[in-house]
Amino acid sequence: MPFIPHTKEDIREMLAAIGAPSIEALFDEIPQELRIKSLTGIPEGLAELEVGRLMTERAKLDGTPLSFIGAGAYEHHIPSAVWAITSRGEIYSAYTPYQAEASQGTLQAIYEYQTMIASLTGMQVSNATLYDGGSALAEAALMAVRAHRKSTSMRLLVPASVHPHYRKVAVAMAGNQDLVFDTIPYVRETGRIDMAALTAHAGEDITAVVIPQPNFFGVLEDVDALTDWAHAQGALVIAVVNPTSLALLKPPGEWGAKGVDIVVGEGQPLGVPLSSGGPYFGFMTTRMEHVRQMPGRIVGRTVDLDGREGFTLTLQAREQHIRRGKATSNICTNQGLLMTAATIYMSIMGPEGLERVAAQSAQRTRELVAALTRVKGVRKAFDSPHFHEAVLLLERPAAVVLRELADRGVLGGFDLAADYPELGSALLVCATETKTAADIDRYSAALAEALRAARAA
Amino acid sequence: MPNRREKLIFEYSRPGRGAQGQWPAKAAVPADIPATLRRASRPLLPEVSELEAVRHFTRLSQLNFSIDTHFYPLGSCTMKYNPKACHQYAMLPEFLGRHPLGPESHGQGFLACMYELQEMLKAVTGMRGVSLAPMAGAHGEFAGVAMIRAYHRARGDHARNEIIVPEAAHGTNPATATMCGCVVREIPVMADGDVDFEALKTAVGPQTAGIMLTNPSTLGVFERRIKEVAGIVHAAGGLLYYDGANLNAILGKVRPGDMGFDVIHMNLHKTFSTPHGGGGPGSGAVGVSERLLPFMPIPVVGRDGEQYRWLGERDLPQSIGRLSAFMGNAGVLLRAYVYMRMLGREGMARVGDFATLNANYLLAKLTAAGFDAAYPSRRASHEFIITAKRQAREHNVTAMDIAKRLLDFGFHAPTTYFPLLVPECLLIEPSETESKEALDAFIDAMVAIKREAEGDTQLLKGAPHTLPVRRLDDVRAARQLDLAWRPAATRG
Repeated sequence: MPFIPHTKEDIREMLAAIGAPSIEALFDEIPQELRIKSLTGIPEGLAELEVGRLMTERAKLDGTPLSFIGAGAYEHHIPSAVWAITSRGEIYSAYTPYQAEASQGTLQAIYEYQTMIASLTGMQVSNATLYDGGSALAEAALMAVRAHRKSTSMRLLVPASVHPHYRKVAVAMAGNQDLVFDTIPYVRETGRIDMAALTAHAGEDITAVVIPQPNFFGVLEDVDALTDWAHAQGALVIAVVNPTSLALLKPPGEWGAKGVDIVVGEGQPLGVPLSSGGPYFGFMTTRMEHVRQMPGRIVGRTVDLDGREGFTLTLQAREQHIRRGKATSNICTNQGLLMTAATIYMSIMGPEGLERVAAQSAQRTRELVAALTRVKGVRKAFDSPHFHEAVLLLERPAAVVLRELADRGVLGGFDLAADYPELGSALLVCATETKTAADIDRYSAALAEALRAARAA
Repeated sequence: MPNRREKLIFEYSRPGRGAQGQWPAKAAVPADIPATLRRASRPLLPEVSELEAVRHFTRLSQLNFSIDTHFYPLGSCTMKYNPKACHQYAMLPEFLGRHPLGPESHGQGFLACMYELQEMLKAVTGMRGVSLAPMAGAHGEFAGVAMIRAYHRARGDHARNEIIVPEAAHGTNPATATMCGCVVREIPVMADGDVDFEALKTAVGPQTAGIMLTNPSTLGVFERRIKEVAGIVHAAGGLLYYDGANLNAILGKVRPGDMGFDVIHMNLHKTFSTPHGGGGPGSGAVGVSERLLPFMPIPVVGRDGEQYRWLGERDLPQSIGRLSAFMGNAGVLLRAYVYMRMLGREGMARVGDFATLNANYLLAKLTAAGFDAAYPSRRASHEFIITAKRQAREHNVTAMDIAKRLLDFGFHAPTTYFPLLVPECLLIEPSETESKEALDAFIDAMVAIKREAEGDTQLLKGAPHTLPVRRLDDVRAARQLDLAWRPAATRG
């Protein structure tokens, strides 16, 4: 029996010990009318050899196209050591570290992660991860409402240039608690937050202002001025950042005169494969003064009975298993395995390696934009500093062009038509350190062909 | 397990050291990025060689208990073996490299797996629709209660904002209700572990949005009058939520859909054997009855002829929306898919059989050895509760002491002090993948600990003794917060 070790003799002895005539008799408390005879709709079991063949065939259907899609999930080189270690059974098959003495490996890894991610974002404390970047923004919004004792509006200003899916997740997860998210538009020429539209809210009761860096278009915002304006209004500031970019860019803890209050983002770029969207992990860091409002698990360093250093989950009075209906969040399981992968990734890359990844990605994107805008019918949407993504305007509908490109084995970017129809035919493109000059040439040649095909159609 | 600690990774760090073989070539920072937006000082990341990093994290892993190394009878957590094939085939390069926003034309293999997973989960639960979007059990609970709210609102029934929860419920249940903007109403459980019927009848009314139940309950017993519970709640206009934490117990035996539940979440990291990873990722797929179909979280995978495609806002305009930036924990879902395909129809029914056999065997042997069952008149489901109330009273030995001493014997502790209503509670769940020998060894350890409790309790009270650390000072951890390492020079 797959994964069940019992012999006939075992079963006989065990039933004798229980005093039951059969395994079936163990279900005698379940009302007969509820019992099912067999599971219909489930195929016969497969041996590993057969399931391996099936999965390999399925994987081939997806192929390995050349991708220039970013939009919140980024293809970076992952050192072999990251997943070789993360896949070890002692990490992979361990439970949440509630029994601290039997989980020092996991707990210490979390403490090291908290140290790294707090430093990367320029904040004092980090939790042990949330589900992903989108849900982390939702949790940050709820946390801001708890942390801001003077604001009663439960109203947040969220730029349209925050990832559109993150904004939807925030509404889906926080809207039931009556939080209000007001959208701040961007300037059509620059792709940056419209300061005039933002400052029109001066004097209102605003719980928090969300500031993305880089924003969804890859564009860099004037984060110092935005942070100072928000703080002058008495609002908290929630930064949404890309962790790779922070090797180069000013950490949110240093934005403006005081630094931001809460930082969240998607941790996937730090050693986590694209894998169709998950599992990834959301990170969240904050100031020490807000630590008791933070959702999720937190690890602290302490000592044992003999005075030896050790690690344990702490501040658990915030959490659902203690506080139940009054907890800071209902989150229980988080994304521990991915956090471990990210901690190994950050250790192997170090400050120099991560900086090189960020700089190379930024350079490659500039080369990509230069090559693609040389193609007839393609131009840049925004004239602003950017990180490793950019918006291109096409003279034919992006959806059509992307289909033509996919037929040529190139995934050309993310079509902005559904989320930003006012931009017309717009494509968000990304290049990281994984893209070579030859890859960029291949894309620009394919784009020229695709546009020709689209014109002919 | 090594009885030592491992240095912090930062203590290995030396300026100028690094894993250069992993770095891309040096590139200039683009000139268009203004200096005012640049970082002034480097982040506190370690500067270590690749070998130092590998050795450090390998040594850390050796300080953990895990299923691959230890028996883990952790009640309500279903710590069964995680087959290696599930990991290997979810990690095929095409799956790992697939971008979440890639076109459906380059995702038919992945989407086919997701569609079939939805169908199989519908079949085992008896529900009409499944969304794989939620990323953990609590996230699935959120989706479930949010759907219940959306359903009432869509009918103009705005007064229904109360969620009924039995007092034995997992802490996520009331926390979820709060997150959904609902009021929580707890009802008691009777001495035999079933829900208090009279209390339930009094609790329901025009304010009732729904009830959240686990069956078998967190007390490790099957709620025998579930159909009547469903009748009472439905008659009052409320809906029934099934917390799937204990689905392992009834796999192939009964289906939540047949019991009358309107919405369920499944912990794929429990029942369908995806790894716990030291605290996630989980996966909390939700199943719904007919009336909640329009409200499922997006995206869902649909099929047009031979082609698979994403269903989004346009297909489900009444959806409670997106719960993640992309589509939940896709890689976890692939692992669950491989597991279900390997087990097949017969294998799934065997899960319920042997999880229940193992639990009842442990219960029988432990009670024969003099331990007290919390519900002696009841069958165990896939788990059961031992109460150490007597040991606490007679020998001043608590459930925590027993749990910690088990670690010395090489067993992970059972779940302790949950559910809260059973004093000195040890919630024990062996899962179906453990052999009789493993269970017997655990029983021997429990008997040895009982003997210690009745004699010299010094070893027991001070346990564990053989692990990298002894009991930790949790009060100090919470009072003198040390949540991130700082170099000596900057410590205040």
